[in-house]
Order: sequence, then C-alpha cells, then structure tokens
Amino acid sequence: MAVSSTPKNLELPPAMIEGATAAADWLIVWPVALPMIGAAILVMARKRPEWQAPFAFTILLATLVANFMLYMRVQGEGPLTMTMGNWLPPYGISLAADSLSALFSLVSAFIMLVVILFVQSEIEVRENKFGYHPLLLLLLAGVSGGFLTGDLFNLYVWFEVMLIASFGLLIIGGRKIQLDGAVKYGFLNFLATTFFLIAIGFTYGLVGTLNMADIALKVPQVESGAIYAVAALFFLAFAMKAAAFPLNSWLPASYHAPDPAVSAVFAGLLTKVGVYALVRTHLLLIPQSHAYLQLLIEIIAGFTLVLAPLGAMAQTNARRALGFLVIGGIGAMMAGLAIGTPTGIFGLATYAVNSMLVMTALYLVVGLVERMGGTSDIRKLGGLYRANSWLSIMFITLVFAVAGLPPLLGFWPKMVLVQAGIEMSNYWMVSLILLNSILTSIAGTRLWAHIFWRDGREGVNSEQINTRIRPLPPRAKVWGLWPAGMLVAFIFVAGLVPQPLFKAGATAAFAVYDPGEYVGAVFGREAVAQE
Amino acid sequence: MNTVIFRTIAPFLAALMILFSVFVLLRGHNEPGGGFIGGLIAASAIAIYGIAAGVNEVRKALVFHPIAVAGLGVFLATLAGFMSLFVDAPFLKGLWLFLELSDGTELALSTPLLFDIGVYFVVVGAISAIALELEEDEETR
Repeated sequence: MAVSSTPKNLELPPAMIEGATAAADWLIVWPVALPMIGAAILVMARKRPEWQAPFAFTILLATLVANFMLYMRVQGEGPLTMTMGNWLPPYGISLAADSLSALFSLVSAFIMLVVILFVQSEIEVRENKFGYHPLLLLLLAGVSGGFLTGDLFNLYVWFEVMLIASFGLLIIGGRKIQLDGAVKYGFLNFLATTFFLIAIGFTYGLVGTLNMADIALKVPQVESGAIYAVAALFFLAFAMKAAAFPLNSWLPASYHAPDPAVSAVFAGLLTKVGVYALVRTHLLLIPQSHAYLQLLIEIIAGFTLVLAPLGAMAQTNARRALGFLVIGGIGAMMAGLAIGTPTGIFGLATYAVNSMLVMTALYLVVGLVERMGGTSDIRKLGGLYRANSWLSIMFITLVFAVAGLPPLLGFWPKMVLVQAGIEMSNYWMVSLILLNSILTSIAGTRLWAHIFWRDGREGVNSEQINTRIRPLPPRAKVWGLWPAGMLVAFIFVAGLVPQPLFKAGATAAFAVYDPGEYVGAVFGREAVAQE
Repeated sequence: MNTVIFRTIAPFLAALMILFSVFVLLRGHNEPGGGFIGGLIAASAIAIYGIAAGVNEVRKALVFHPIAVAGLGVFLATLAGFMSLFVDAPFLKGLWLFLELSDGTELALSTPLLFDIGVYFVVVGAISAIALELEEDEETR
C-alpha cells in the first residue's frame, strides 16, 4: 500500500510541475475554498437553523484572515500564483493574485462579514432553511474566485457561480416584486455572460490560450485586427456586468427587490467584478485595445457619470435611487479606466474600495429606515430624524462620502481621478467627475431631506409628525444598527486617515502597469526572460 | 401514469437504474461514464419512483433532503482538492492509492474518483430536487 502521485507504469508527463509546492502558497486557495466548503457544510446542515449563523460567521472570519494574509504576502513578495493540479501554467488553471485582485478580495470578505451580522436582524426561520447563509458564502466564493483567477474561462465559471448565488438570494423571500426583479436581473446578466463566452471563444481561436498571463504574452504577436473586435466584445460584456450606461437598466430594476442585506451585498460586490474584469482585459490581456477603445470608454464614462445621479433624483423609491448612485460610482471607475494612466488606475482602485464600503453601508442604513417606516417610498417616509437621529447622521455621512466631500472617504479617490484627468489634459473628464459630485450630493441630500428632515409624509401633512414610524425592535438595534454603525465609523476613520487606502491603491495601480511581474509569477521568472 | 403495471415495476426499475448509475460512475475514470452521467441516471431513477409512488414516499425513502445531498457532493469535491495539501502539491492534484486485495487484484483509489463521486451527488441532489418539486406541483393540481 503506497500513496503515489502518479498512476503506476505511467511516465510523468512533461506538462507537470516538478518539485514541491510550499503549503504557504496555498494562501491563494483559501479565500475561495473556505467559503465554498463552508457553503457545502451549511447546505448539509439545513435542518439546523441555529448552526447556520455562527458557522457562517466563523468561516467568514477565517476567510477574512486568509485574505488579509494573502494581501500582506502579495504586498511583500509580489504576485502569488498557483496552478491547479500540478500542471504547468498554460495547461492547468492558474489562480493569480496581484495587489489589485488581493485588495478587492480582501474588501469583499470584510463587507460580507459585516453583512452576515446585519442579516441576523432580519432573517426569518423559513429563509434560513432555504439556504440564506450558504448562498451568501457561495456568492463570496464566486466574487473572490473572479478576482483571484488567472484564467479567462475560469473567470466565466466564477461569474456563473456568482449569478447562481445571487439568483437564489434575489428570490429567497418569494415575493412578487422579487420574481419581477430576478427576471430582469437574470435576463440581462445571462446575455452579458453569453457575450463574454463568445468573446472567450474568439480569444481562444485567435490567441490559442485562455491563461491570462499567456494571453498577455502572446497577444502582441497576433496580427489580425480581429483582436480589436474581441476586445470590444469583452468591453460590451463587462460593461453590462458593471452596469455602465446604457446597459444599466437591470441594476435599479432588481436591487430594491430582495432583503436590504442582500441588496447591500449586491451593491457592494457584484458590479465591481465587472469593473475588475474590464481593467484586466483592457490593460493586461489586450493592452493595444485600450487606445483603440479609449474614446468609447470616455463617452460611456461621461454619460454614466452624469445620467446616473440624475436618475437617482427622479426616483421615489429610496433603494432604487441608491441603485442609480451605485451606477454613478461605476461611471467614476470607468473614467479612471478611460484615462488609463497609472494615476487613473490608482483612482479607479481606490474608488472601487470606497464604493464597495460606502454603497454597502448605505443600503444597510436604508434597510433600517425601511424597518422603521415600513416602506421604501420616500413620499411616505419623513420624520426619521426625530425618531432616530443616529440613523440620520449615518445616512448623511454616507451621502457625503458617495458624493466625495472632504474629509470623507469618497473625497480621496475623486481627487486622484481629477488629478489623473488634469495630468492628461482631459478637462472634459475632470469637469464631468466634478459635475457628478455635485449631482450626487444633490440626489443624496434630497433623499436625506425627504426621509429624515421633513416632519411627516409628503403633502399637506408634511408639517405634522409622522405617526407611522415605529421604533427599531431590540433585535434590529443589536444586529442591525450596530454593524451598520461600525461600518460607517470605519468609513469615517478611513476617510480621516487615507494613507492606507492610498498605499493600497498605488501598489494596485503599479501592479496593473507592470504585467511582467504578473506574467513572471505565473510562468516562473526565468522562463519569461528566455522568450 | 398510475397504472398497476407501472406501480409494480417502478421500484425494481429504480433500484436497477441506481445500481447502473453506480456502475457508470465507477467505470468513468478510463471509459465513457463518470459522475455527471451517473448522477443523471440516478436522478431519473428517483424521478420515476416519484411518479409511481408519490413524492412523499420518495422523500421518506431518501431520508436526506436532495439539496443536502448536493451539498455533500460539493463538500466531497472540495475535499478531493484539499488532499494534496498533505503531499506538498498544488490544489486539486490527482493522488492515487493502490490497494492490493487478497486475491491479487488491484484496487485504485484516487482523488479524481472522490471528486467524481462529489459530482455524482451534486447532480443527483440538484436534479432530483427539481424533479420532485415539479412532481409535487403536478400532484397538488
């Protein structure tokens, strides 16, 4: 009886890696595998609702620690990769983490940890049985997998994992509005995934590989102009996933349908994977396509920046309005991509972190508002300042953070983006980014004025005290107000002390602009030097 | 569909199909077959039994909820990937364990087999969950 790594009488194929893999390199697997296995265990324990929350919390805590260790490792020693199943890189599927992907993965795990606490304030026993916690874990596995994978087809698989998990979370209450939202969300996302898959097929036909590092190496030798068409197809697919104008309609149509905690996760995480994929395809995989598509990206970024906050102003449903603010953030990130210099990507990375944290917190706060007012229709709300002043302070802080007013977190990324625009003498982009800030603050403060400032409901009774507002139940105070409050406090402090964010964003931008490091990490540095 | 002939034959048919699905699963490593197709065969066995005997009967016979079975599948498949942690190899590395049986035949156990069993359970669980849900709708109509 002997354990061997190869079947008997079989020579070691030349495509296998020789030598051992250190257990420390497994760091890149844990952020994906931990939530995955946690979800599997929780699905098996579906008859034990009392185990779900503590177990999910423990798994998420471990995932956060793993992500943090991975991030520190990547910061210290450069990109970390592992190719599955001991195969050599272009044959095996690689996971690859550089500063950008490790940063996004870390923030995602942090957000999920906060949300899993918030979930305890609103979850029903029935929902628990249908797999609320496993689906949240699976969603995190999909998001982290999308950030950490180094293979295009594998990225598609993680998009699917995300889609399935988010589908389940969207419909888990079974209300009519949820099914309506799920159809719109599902249709447009499936369409985007199909475009993505077609683009993958063309890429394989043109370049002959789907490993991202390998594509980056081989694309310069592709002479066919068709590579630009493939890049445009990728752009279409990922812009749809990121909800950039004019493909944004699915987001506000679906994000207000599920439980507030679920829409908070969606707003924080899902669209950012699309943005991340855009950065990867247009700056690492097919870098020549960036100059080619730059005008298009600029136009789309400009429209998204301006029209999204205008859309938010037109909404009377608080969560739908927030959906438009998420899209406005996507516009700012697209502006960073359009500018495309290291400073631009620096702005993009920091803005993405800001948007993940702030949008999640906003949805959580609005979830509590809905609990108190019994509706998300801002015409029927009002007078919440009197009922819960803490909530109103949190909300206005977050609105200013989204708009980018100093000294809050959102100010710093916008400053970097403006600086990037000025460096490139792209004054159009600069003015649109600033216009977005003004419009966003108008849209946000309008929400605040309606929900909190006004005494009562809209109409003749607006001066009278709103009697429909109920105080938060104790459970919502402990599990709802506290996690949301801690997140807002974190955002506030991070805005006052922006150095860590700056450092993280700068290293991420540097990593994107030095693909040699990334490619070298996947293939081994000597092998690349020989080519 | 509720004829006497069908109701009499369905349990035997289902048992036979499940046996066959295990055979397909095990032969899958080197020959056509495997966890996915095996799982489909087993799920159709469960669906047939459900049509004949009623969904409640099947749920009782299965003991575990189909979705929990699918969870077990994901768990086993992930576990197969983690085995290589102990031999200093990357995630999902294929490992083999050859057992010499008393009559001289060799039994090859491997992590790909464990992974395939995981796939089998995922497919059985997911497909039969859907099938049973649909049949339940049919019954209550």
